[in-house]
Amino acid sequence: MENRFINDENDRVDGVYKVTGKAKYFAEYELPGLTYGVLVTSTVTKGKITALDTKAAEKAPGVIAVLSHLNKPSAPAYEQEGGPAMKIFYTDKIFFNGQPIAIVVANTFERATYAASLVKASYAKEEFNTDFEKAISDAKAKKLQGQPDYKRGIENAYKTAEVQIEAKYHLPIETHNPMELHGIIADWRPNNQVTVYAKTQGVKATQGTIANVFKIPIENIQVNSEFVGGGFGMALRTWPAEIAAVMASKHISKPVKLVITRMQMFTMVGNRPAAVQTIGLGASKDGKLTGITHRAFGETSAYENFTEGVVNMAKFMYQCENVNTQYTVVPLDLGVPIWMRGPGEATGAFALESAIDEMAHALDMDPLEFRIKNDPEKDQQRNKPFSDKNIKEAYRVGAQKIGWSERKNKPGSLVDGQWKYGYGVSIGVFNANRGRASAKGILKADGTLVLQSATSDIGPGTGTGMTLIASKLLNIPVENIKFELGDSSLPPAPSQGGSATLSTVGSAVNDVCLSLKSTIAELAANSNMDATSNFVDVLKKNNLPSIEVTKQSQGGKERDEYSMYSFSIHFVKVKVHSLTGVVKVDKIVSIGDSGTIVSPKTARSQMVGGAVGGVGMALHEEAVIDHRYGRYINNNFADYHVPVNADIPEIEVHFINKPDPHINPMGAKGMGEIALIGFSAAVANAVFNATGKRIRSLPITPDKVLAG
Amino acid sequence: MINFQYLRTTSAKSALALLLKDKNSKFIAGGTNLIDLMKRGVTSPEKLIDINHVPLKQIELVGNKIIIGALASNTAVAENSLIKEKLPLLAMALNAGASAQLRNVATVGGNMMQRTRCGYFYDTEMPCNKRVPGSGCAAVGGFNRMHAIFGTSDKCIAVHPSDMCVALVALDAVVVVANQKGERKILFKDFHRLAGDTPQLDNNLKTDEMIIRLEIPANNLGKNSNYLKVRDRASYAFALVSVAVGLEISNGKISDVRLAMGGVAHKPWRLTEAEDFLKGKDASIENFEQASKLAMKGAKGFGENDFKLQMAPNTIIEALTVAKSKA
Repeated sequence: MENRFINDENDRVDGVYKVTGKAKYFAEYELPGLTYGVLVTSTVTKGKITALDTKAAEKAPGVIAVLSHLNKPSAPAYEQEGGPAMKIFYTDKIFFNGQPIAIVVANTFERATYAASLVKASYAKEEFNTDFEKAISDAKAKKLQGQPDYKRGIENAYKTAEVQIEAKYHLPIETHNPMELHGIIADWRPNNQVTVYAKTQGVKATQGTIANVFKIPIENIQVNSEFVGGGFGMALRTWPAEIAAVMASKHISKPVKLVITRMQMFTMVGNRPAAVQTIGLGASKDGKLTGITHRAFGETSAYENFTEGVVNMAKFMYQCENVNTQYTVVPLDLGVPIWMRGPGEATGAFALESAIDEMAHALDMDPLEFRIKNDPEKDQQRNKPFSDKNIKEAYRVGAQKIGWSERKNKPGSLVDGQWKYGYGVSIGVFNANRGRASAKGILKADGTLVLQSATSDIGPGTGTGMTLIASKLLNIPVENIKFELGDSSLPPAPSQGGSATLSTVGSAVNDVCLSLKSTIAELAANSNMDATSNFVDVLKKNNLPSIEVTKQSQGGKERDEYSMYSFSIHFVKVKVHSLTGVVKVDKIVSIGDSGTIVSPKTARSQMVGGAVGGVGMALHEEAVIDHRYGRYINNNFADYHVPVNADIPEIEVHFINKPDPHINPMGAKGMGEIALIGFSAAVANAVFNATGKRIRSLPITPDKVLAG
Repeated sequence: MINFQYLRTTSAKSALALLLKDKNSKFIAGGTNLIDLMKRGVTSPEKLIDINHVPLKQIELVGNKIIIGALASNTAVAENSLIKEKLPLLAMALNAGASAQLRNVATVGGNMMQRTRCGYFYDTEMPCNKRVPGSGCAAVGGFNRMHAIFGTSDKCIAVHPSDMCVALVALDAVVVVANQKGERKILFKDFHRLAGDTPQLDNNLKTDEMIIRLEIPANNLGKNSNYLKVRDRASYAFALVSVAVGLEISNGKISDVRLAMGGVAHKPWRLTEAEDFLKGKDASIENFEQASKLAMKGAKGFGENDFKLQMAPNTIIEALTVAKSKA
């Protein structure tokens, strides 16, 4: 299959909008009569609200309403039995510290903020636990199976192997915290007509949730979300806070804007769950893996369960006859987690890819050579061939670009004064999905094409990718194509998550374009025009101002025949200071093996963003809770660290850029997740190579390096 | 809304008069800390007196003293050619603090007056003796990774967050403050306080006083000075440990030395005993190691910050070594 997209260097189609401020985000919409909601949150971690004094708030200047479980603003689904445990304003139960317990609506944001501070709650406190590690070791603490146990061959085969390692890895809670704060503008009008401006990764999902909670027809709800200032997974559901704003709008018959605070971003819109993982690896002396055991504990909430694919990768990533996995979740009195970039796999890959490095060291093998030696020919878990996998080529390219030949297998070999240098490598992998989506194309006699689909663009460059697909197929310049998204009235598409948008929506756009092309060809033939005639001439000749088509597209049987994954390889060079323990990432090379690269610039951006996120995961990010109180301590951007520019070195990105012949018409696979997955292990492995110190607990801060 | 009065003044005299009029008033200059404190409900002044237009921005050499006005911005000081030439340690420390945007508006006086960044101080739902005397210290037995190892009390183990102040205490700066009656001078090392039984008090500035200027004696430490800040990320992070060093080396011997640490105490921490040890000795790694041991006398960890007991002496050695190696 030929790659039609190679060598394109098109700019992001909405780049100018974003850098000039023309791009309008949800909170920037001004509606007549707009009011402002501010949430009151619980200051205890578990128990019941015994009293809620809202009098002072209600009397405060500008206040329109104070809503809570005391007045139960109308939400028909919550009035029934069943459903979620935490029905906002329909329960007096406290499930976590920082839980929204009331919303104050006023005519200015400042007045609402002040009035919210006047609401006083009293609680009957109950004993709670927010301490994940403590709960794991507490035999009495509740634990749930997160995924069915998996076994291939002999269980715990590593324990009888010639060479064995077993190690435990720790990951703290991380929070998504995109720059844009979460929230919604809800405008409930007469006859139950609702318009919302949302920060969402799925306009159709938001529409569906509101319809379900308020029991109104989907058609009554219009969701707009043209631009999203980052999501990383946190905007994949409509949170109770957003429902509160819709309730408030319905209650006061005025539009309500809610933008939560940075501190609230830590408690009520999810997080990457903490994890403790044990990996056991066994190998023959000549470096063949003979046993992989991956056991993981993940954190979840006591009121709603959350699981993710932490132990997936161990099942297929390496050639091994004996594999067993176990995934247990531990309910805690915290807000429910949600998928965060590279969900599950990013957590699992830190452990597995660190362990692979540990085994290579135990065998005295180059970790790259060890990985190549154990590279699987087929997916042993599903007993199917991979649709497309070029890992060996990716290793070769990356090794050359990072300067792997400079690396010494003996840790601590590269020293310059107090700085020690080291190299690390790791793999990332994520399921290459393709879902079902519809798109509409309107081809106009003025030479332009409008494409529409109710997908989202949280930053990866969806609009750009879709535009390029159409531009190639129909030979229309990019500037004459407009891709419309973020509008629930457009043809349906799934939420933007799981690295599936380009594959899913792109396929629908592909089908729309092919259909338009054949319609033009038919029209040309019918009007005795040359088959290669320009569509503008064809439409004009036929007196047609435009033609349009809507197509639904989804994958077929290929998924039964092939195992489909996107892969990445991350190479990292670090330097570590012997006396202070400071780790500096010196160079990064990330290789993407995700089929055809449709939009090279935005694809590179994705990989760069993933690498920066990976540096954060490896060296900085940790949400700290004081378990005596159940409250977050570092819930702001000064104390919850993400990398700053000074932490980020040169990042080199390279793509294998070979079409996957099976997945979809473009041969393109998603890459949002693989940009991050595995990265943290590459850093940890590089720190080991530099110092001989194996840090198994993220983030790798200077104190851990000194202690290690 | 929590309303407050905002006043603007153009002279120190009128600023001091306004300050006296109302007990619950505060000066505001850069506001880089005060506004945060107001937003978090830690402090709610009824009156803000904007002193940005008071002419106290001078940076000049008078006799053998470098004079820096209290309202000179952190950037203005760090970028000033006189400072870079005569007091490079101060420029280095300033550039290690905050971010470029914050340094542009933050002032010298404001930097001295900033409050601790202890998370418990900022969360009004938590006990904190500094915020509410008598309410307890949640950092003891809590998240105290960033906290003090020197001069702590059972009431408070917070640290002063400034980098600039660590350099200033090393440089023997003098703080000139004024009330309506006139000026007085406070040695920089005596400006900030230990927590003791009164953690609510960060420093010895009286309620009727304002900071006017700093006076810093010229020295010969410029060439071999160094500010080394160890932190969790490369910028915009408070120090785990920082060390300010100034060395004067003649004929291989240390003729003068200044050593101070940040991120370890309720005030910028001068290491006098280590300095006394080094004076007159060879600038050798053995002596640096010995000095680092002396510097750690009396240090005490609180669990999560125990690593500082190792990181601090290591950082002293590295800071001295780098300072010495500067040609």
